[in-house]
Amino acid sequence: MSETDIGLWGVPLAIIAGAIRVSTPFIFVSLGEAITERSGRINLGLEGTLVFGAMTAYAVAVLTGSPWLGVLAAMAAGSVFGLIHGFICRFPRVNDIAIGIAMMQFGLGFAFFLGKPFIQPSAPKLPSIPLGNWSSYPQVQAALNINVLFFIGFLLALFLTWAFRNTRPGLILRVVGDSTDAARAMGINPDRVRLLATALGGALAAVGGAYLSLYYPGSWNEGISSGQGLMAVALVIFARWNPINCFLAALLFGGTGALGPALQSVGVTQGYYLFYAAPYVLTLAILIGTSSPNRALSGAPGELSLTK
Amino acid sequence: MMTNRFSMNRRQFLQTSAVGLAASAVPGLMGSTAFAQEALTIGFIYVGPKDDYGYNQAHAEGAAVIKAMPGITLVEEENVPETVDVQKTMESMINLDGASLIFPTSFGYFDPHMLAMAAKYPDTQFRHCGGLWQEGKHPANTGSYFGYIHQGQYLNGIAAGHASKSKKIGFVAAKPIPQVLQNVNAFLLGARSVDPAITCQVIFTGEWSLAIKEAEATNALVDQGVDVITCHVDSPKVVVETAAGRGAFVCGYHANQSPLAPEKYLTGAEWAWGKVYTDFITKAQAGEKLANFVRGGLKDGFVKMSPLGPGVPEAGRKAFEAAHAEAMTGKLSVFKGPLKDNKGNAVIPADKAYAEDAIDLESMAYLVEGVVGSTS
Amino acid sequence: MSVEVNNPARSLEPGGAASFRPALEWLARRAEPVVVGLAAIVTGLALFSIFILAIGKSPVALFQIMYTGGFGSWFSIQNSLSRAAPLLLTALCVALPARLGLVIIGGEGALVLGGVAAAAIATPLTGILPPYPTLIGMALAAMVVGGLWIGAVGFLRHYRGVNETISSLLLSYIAIALMNQLVEGPLRDPASLNKPSTLALPADYMIGAIPGMDVHWGLVIAVLACILSYVLIEATRFGFAARMAGGNVRAAQIQGLPVGRLIVGFTAIAGSFAGLAGMLEVAAVQGSANASLAAGYGYTGILVAFLARHNPLAIILIAILLGGLEASGGLIQRRMGLPDATVVALQGTLFIVILFCETFYGRFKVFNPDLWKGSVK
Repeated sequence: MSETDIGLWGVPLAIIAGAIRVSTPFIFVSLGEAITERSGRINLGLEGTLVFGAMTAYAVAVLTGSPWLGVLAAMAAGSVFGLIHGFICRFPRVNDIAIGIAMMQFGLGFAFFLGKPFIQPSAPKLPSIPLGNWSSYPQVQAALNINVLFFIGFLLALFLTWAFRNTRPGLILRVVGDSTDAARAMGINPDRVRLLATALGGALAAVGGAYLSLYYPGSWNEGISSGQGLMAVALVIFARWNPINCFLAALLFGGTGALGPALQSVGVTQGYYLFYAAPYVLTLAILIGTSSPNRALSGAPGELSLTK
Repeated sequence: MMTNRFSMNRRQFLQTSAVGLAASAVPGLMGSTAFAQEALTIGFIYVGPKDDYGYNQAHAEGAAVIKAMPGITLVEEENVPETVDVQKTMESMINLDGASLIFPTSFGYFDPHMLAMAAKYPDTQFRHCGGLWQEGKHPANTGSYFGYIHQGQYLNGIAAGHASKSKKIGFVAAKPIPQVLQNVNAFLLGARSVDPAITCQVIFTGEWSLAIKEAEATNALVDQGVDVITCHVDSPKVVVETAAGRGAFVCGYHANQSPLAPEKYLTGAEWAWGKVYTDFITKAQAGEKLANFVRGGLKDGFVKMSPLGPGVPEAGRKAFEAAHAEAMTGKLSVFKGPLKDNKGNAVIPADKAYAEDAIDLESMAYLVEGVVGSTS
Repeated sequence: MSVEVNNPARSLEPGGAASFRPALEWLARRAEPVVVGLAAIVTGLALFSIFILAIGKSPVALFQIMYTGGFGSWFSIQNSLSRAAPLLLTALCVALPARLGLVIIGGEGALVLGGVAAAAIATPLTGILPPYPTLIGMALAAMVVGGLWIGAVGFLRHYRGVNETISSLLLSYIAIALMNQLVEGPLRDPASLNKPSTLALPADYMIGAIPGMDVHWGLVIAVLACILSYVLIEATRFGFAARMAGGNVRAAQIQGLPVGRLIVGFTAIAGSFAGLAGMLEVAAVQGSANASLAAGYGYTGILVAFLARHNPLAIILIAILLGGLEASGGLIQRRMGLPDATVVALQGTLFIVILFCETFYGRFKVFNPDLWKGSVK
């Protein structure tokens, strides 16, 4: 048995594997939210969208036998959530943060209600790509058994970074996000841009949910999410609205999240609550280290209510 | 108004009891006609969703058994936190639904919540799952029930000991509390009855229901070479599916999870609350005094084992069945000396063997030698 | 939403019946939130009825049960009030910083650590002090810890430029981890077997019920905190300066307002209220600090604060309404056989409509005396 005994190497391996396994929902939610926030709106309710997406994806996968149809259905449901948020927030005096919190309740409530019949059945899982066959260690093979959505998330982060800078929709999005008046002067309808940006954000957040229910941990119940949706929204600010940073922040969060179980598995067993808090402590430390009172929020869209 | 209501309840209760006595004297007459006129309202309170494939579902299935009994009105409330909410839920069941017997099924409901309500509503009976009811210390209209499910984990351990090739087994646990520590220890002791070289790695997730962390803990265990895993969390679905997905064997907990992993599921320790609740209700209907302290194991039908899966080798099957038969006599002693904890302290002297109903076991605060893990 | 409300001003000739006019104006301005709010609630319930009909249940039965469970009897009213008590304080933790334009969502952390601090200091205090001084000591400890926790968020925001929303959320997760570690480690009462807790407060040290009611004194304390906060914001220079700074930080700085002190001061006060909520949970409900402190009151408080538009007096009303909704939630489960999720979905629907209806404020002439015929601007 000793040839597969990896001992303390289990910790770095778990961090890498955890970063890949756990990060995907954070990646999708934060990329979606980055699009929404770049348009000058904040949707704090993506936790609800994520969970509703998880339920929809699982239910459709159970009913049709196809996990990809599940993902598509989740995207459709997520964009409807985004459209509701985007539509309501275009009216004057409506607070987008508050609507987001209410939408979170709305999404959770309906997801739990409609998801009741799907807790018991098993759904087909999303496929993964085995990239670790070169290694003789089953642990490495398992760690490098990477879900397709992770790669899609990575490519999406690259694409969005490029698109924000170099495409016309990207430019429109940024103009709307920085100044409603400037956008109007350019003949852009800011409400429509924000509506679409929020719908897209919702669709991506729902993909994050689909990953939770159809791949990892890969089941549907009411405890499937432990606040990933809310945390991912916060990570967007941490990542300063930069899609590549969102991807990296998600990796960091996933990797440090694996620390707690990994350390216990190699015998570091005391104070595990504190290890479990590692992602939050580390994120906060980096945030404090990289912030400065003078350039308070460089990169922040000017119209964002959260950072005004 | 309120007092009227209660005295009426008591009167109803007495009438029901009279009917119950009469009916039990003539068993042939027992049936819907005798009980349909007098309703006994029973309240069930769950800390999580009723369909969690685990702890709460096991109780809800038990409640469903008594729902089918004649003359019973069942009122259920799920997702009730262990705060003032549960106190108000109990009161609401008493005041608005006329419940005369309440089963708060989560450990944290006991003190102070159920005790406070029991003092306030002395005419209502409360029976709590998992609490350590003590005569003189706790109100007479309260009580507690639980099962020796550590026996089930011991049997899980025997199956695991035979199925394990790496001689490393693993346990995903929520919190280091006596009920969990008993299970972890029993799982290892069962495995060590097969091979004393086996060790058990425990990972505490710190929460009763936290899907991602349970999945990560399971993966971390498999990465360390663990090839049989069981758990004590509210909803074992994630652990079972993740472990089986990684190729490890699993032993179930709370309910039968074999449909989730038919090939990898060895066996499982299941609750059989239907029997416990039926006993209480039958007594209540018969007007007998409800017991305050109820415990039972495999022999008493409080706990049962899932059917053995294909992963258990023939030798394991025999050993499992032998131990199971011993447990069915009520003579199985899981915790016996000499036993050390995993810090090297002797915890059970050589000449001591705890019977299944030994009350000391319910305050277990150590992990036995061979378990890798820490209680804080 | 109908605009066809009788305009009381129509009957008034310019200058005529002048003695009624101020009263009418007062009434009109006060009536707006009530009318819009009630219309929103009715609309939200109507929308939810569609869903209830779709699943084959009766909306009428649902609303009857909601009324019975939330406000239909003295018991139900007390039930609602008990649930509202902690929400008042956690909502203040959001509403006060909101006056400065800060979005704090980490009140849960301050509550949890406040509870732990109160329980920790109670152990030595109960040995040497009678109940009242002990409780005051516990409250102070909780408020100091909660104040430091959220005050740190304000400090980081002003002096380090750290976004307060994300830092408060991160800190609340860290606080819950600290609480668990302390409660299961150094502060654990060894006798707390299956529910790790700190040493229990002796029974005669517990905060009791308001006479004639089954609601603990925490409700009174929380209502007082709301009134105090209202006075602080509306009637003090500190509050006025905060509102100025909340409108525009740069302009406030140019005017020489101590923005840094305002931010740290307001966040610290906000945090101390959340900490106090934790102390009340320990001293009036749980008797000790344990994981049940993290029951989500901090998060529900965010919703309450936003629904109340960060007005401390409106918080009292909204928190009681929410308490009523939660109180009736149990009855909906029991009487209609619906899962708990129904209540969450109902809350979501209702809150979306209520928040959406904010757009109607100031749209109706009837509520705005400045637009009435004959008003002298």
